[in-house]
Amino acid sequence: MTTILPLTLQDVWVRRRGKRLIGPVSTTLSGDGITIIVGPNGSGKTTLLKVMHGVARISDGAVNWAVPHSEAQHHQGYVFQTPIMLRRSVADNLRYPLQLRGMKKDEIERRMADWAQKTGLQDHLEISATRLSGGEKQRLALGRALIRRPEVLFLDEPCANLDGASTRDIEALLTEARDAGTRIIMTTHNIGQAKRLADDAIFMLHGAIKENGLAEAFFETPQSTELKAFFRGDIIA
Amino acid sequence: MMTRVLGAVAAVFLASTAVAEDIKLAVTTSFDNSGLSDVLLPVIKEDLGLDVQLLVVGTGQALRLGQAGDVDAILVHSRAAEEAFVAEGYGTHRREIMYNDFVFIGPQSDPAGIGVATSAANALQLIGATEPAFVSRGDDSGTHKKELSLWSTAGLDAGGFGDWYREVGAGMGASLNTAAGLNAYILADRASWLNFGNKADLALLFAGDPALFNQYAYLPVNPERHGHVRNDLAIQLEEWLVSPRAAELINGYTINGETLFTFNATPE
Amino acid sequence: MNDIFEGLVSAVWLVISLDPELIEISVRSLQVTLGALVVSCAIALPLGTFLAIRRFRYRRLTISVLNALMGLPPVVVGLVVYILLSRSGPFGVMGLLFTPTAMVIAQVIIITPLIASITHQAMRELWAEYHDLLISLNTSQRQRIKTLVWDGRRNLLTAALAGFGRGIGEVGAIMIVGGNIDHATRVLTTAIALETGKGDFSLALALGFVLIALAIGVNICIHWLSRTEQEGRW
Repeated sequence: MTTILPLTLQDVWVRRRGKRLIGPVSTTLSGDGITIIVGPNGSGKTTLLKVMHGVARISDGAVNWAVPHSEAQHHQGYVFQTPIMLRRSVADNLRYPLQLRGMKKDEIERRMADWAQKTGLQDHLEISATRLSGGEKQRLALGRALIRRPEVLFLDEPCANLDGASTRDIEALLTEARDAGTRIIMTTHNIGQAKRLADDAIFMLHGAIKENGLAEAFFETPQSTELKAFFRGDIIA
Repeated sequence: MMTRVLGAVAAVFLASTAVAEDIKLAVTTSFDNSGLSDVLLPVIKEDLGLDVQLLVVGTGQALRLGQAGDVDAILVHSRAAEEAFVAEGYGTHRREIMYNDFVFIGPQSDPAGIGVATSAANALQLIGATEPAFVSRGDDSGTHKKELSLWSTAGLDAGGFGDWYREVGAGMGASLNTAAGLNAYILADRASWLNFGNKADLALLFAGDPALFNQYAYLPVNPERHGHVRNDLAIQLEEWLVSPRAAELINGYTINGETLFTFNATPE
Repeated sequence: MNDIFEGLVSAVWLVISLDPELIEISVRSLQVTLGALVVSCAIALPLGTFLAIRRFRYRRLTISVLNALMGLPPVVVGLVVYILLSRSGPFGVMGLLFTPTAMVIAQVIIITPLIASITHQAMRELWAEYHDLLISLNTSQRQRIKTLVWDGRRNLLTAALAGFGRGIGEVGAIMIVGGNIDHATRVLTTAIALETGKGDFSLALALGFVLIALAIGVNICIHWLSRTEQEGRW
């Protein structure tokens, strides 16, 4: 099976209405594990994530996968900060990405039941997804994103609006997915979560990558003053 | 005369074996509101196997429909307009079928006092002098044209009347409704008046002047103008309408014992 | 008041005795309006959805025109269709004037903008909600339309019923293009106009009550059918 990684960003700029959102950004993502992107609000984390996933238009530079874009699209998943639920049952939400693929019915049912189990929603299958709690919705969104077995999963601050118990559930699912071989790229503003999950990390500031590296070095011995300040909890304007 | 009758009888026997055919006939509201069509149509269906599809419109629109070729024949009551229709080549000819008369309707109290008028013109003069509420068809129909010609015989100009003269631009029944609602005078054909269901406070106040004579005529649409019209069926229908059978039904049609129409078709 | 009471009684009697003329014109009313509804929905539902999700040059103008067309006076539509279908008109050879088909055509023109407008409004809101997700999942245009139409089906049903309501009570256009011919193009609304014109108010009212009952009945029927799914599923 050909992998879609590595993902390479070369001198990527994103400008909107004359304002620079991110740029210049150059980085390569490959291998396994969870990459956490941290940074203050407005640093461009979400824009970077969307650029990687291919749903934000870039103004300059190049974004490349190991395979053509159209093919790479099929092997990615994305989870939004506020989960977007289809106005259907939980079961139908899970089935949806597989139906788009034109998968066979019994295969769809099998996978749906499997992921309903994994996300702990097996007792809520016929409930309308819009009626779930915040944590349940995000678990469903995660299950829905993983049900196609994507190679790469992007998450934009998935636990920002969740309580501790739900956060723990999500993190458990993420580590499971990582162990099963999914490459995860996630933004967060919670340092604790970053430390718990990261295999490597990126620090975004003012639309550019300020620092990055393997988790241990990143968190134990930050190089830049800004990153040190960020870990201390200072506001970096 | 004999050949016509034999021809009509033969047509009846021959036609009744055929599958029901359709013919579109535009007729005036006064003809339909009289209820005569409800008597004639089923018999025509039986005798000729012909489904007469009636479009009930004002004389003006009936003539337009004939000109456009949207109907196969028309039955109206406005001689001058009919003759122009034939002269301009829209109709093949004009065949008189029957007549009834116009009557003056008005409030029972008769404020203009037309109950004792000496003629139709006189009645209108009395109305013109008193200026009570008066409803006019105002729709270029046969009845409307008759009304206007009577005003001019009375020496009055309908165009110059004040608010008491209400032109409604509607069919006979609708106009009678308005007159009933306003308790106004109105010129109507006798048949429509007798068949009208909402008389309220109105009553028949004046009739009998020969000037109120109302002739109905049948005009087939010219097939040379419009090749698609069913001229064959139109002639068939015409033959039936001037036959003794039709005469019997038309003369025999009464409401509360009163005859409404008088058959006066002649052989050609 | 007496007229109204008499009308009500006549209405009940006509229905109970299964008056054949009443049944004939009621069936025709439903045939014309439901026929027009099916055609209109086939045009308006995809059109409204398409306008909601696709950006193109004259989109704003198209939407404004569509909304404005909702205000088309039915009688004017009838007049224009009449002129077009008349034997002396451009489509005269088709011989459609004074047939139920002409009535369906006129009603389609009248109710399509209404259904399309409501559809567009509903689909626009739903698209705003689903936008990020459907793009992320790489859906094709066709898949997006299917998803939006299915998930928004309740609103689309409302749009369709709005169109039905407008059509079943319409009288101006179908009177002109249909001619109100007995046993051919007479429907409930034109029959009411006719009987009123004859001064037979109680029959007119009776027909009116039947029309109201019919319209409400169709609405209830459709709502009931769509609720045969489980509670909470919609």
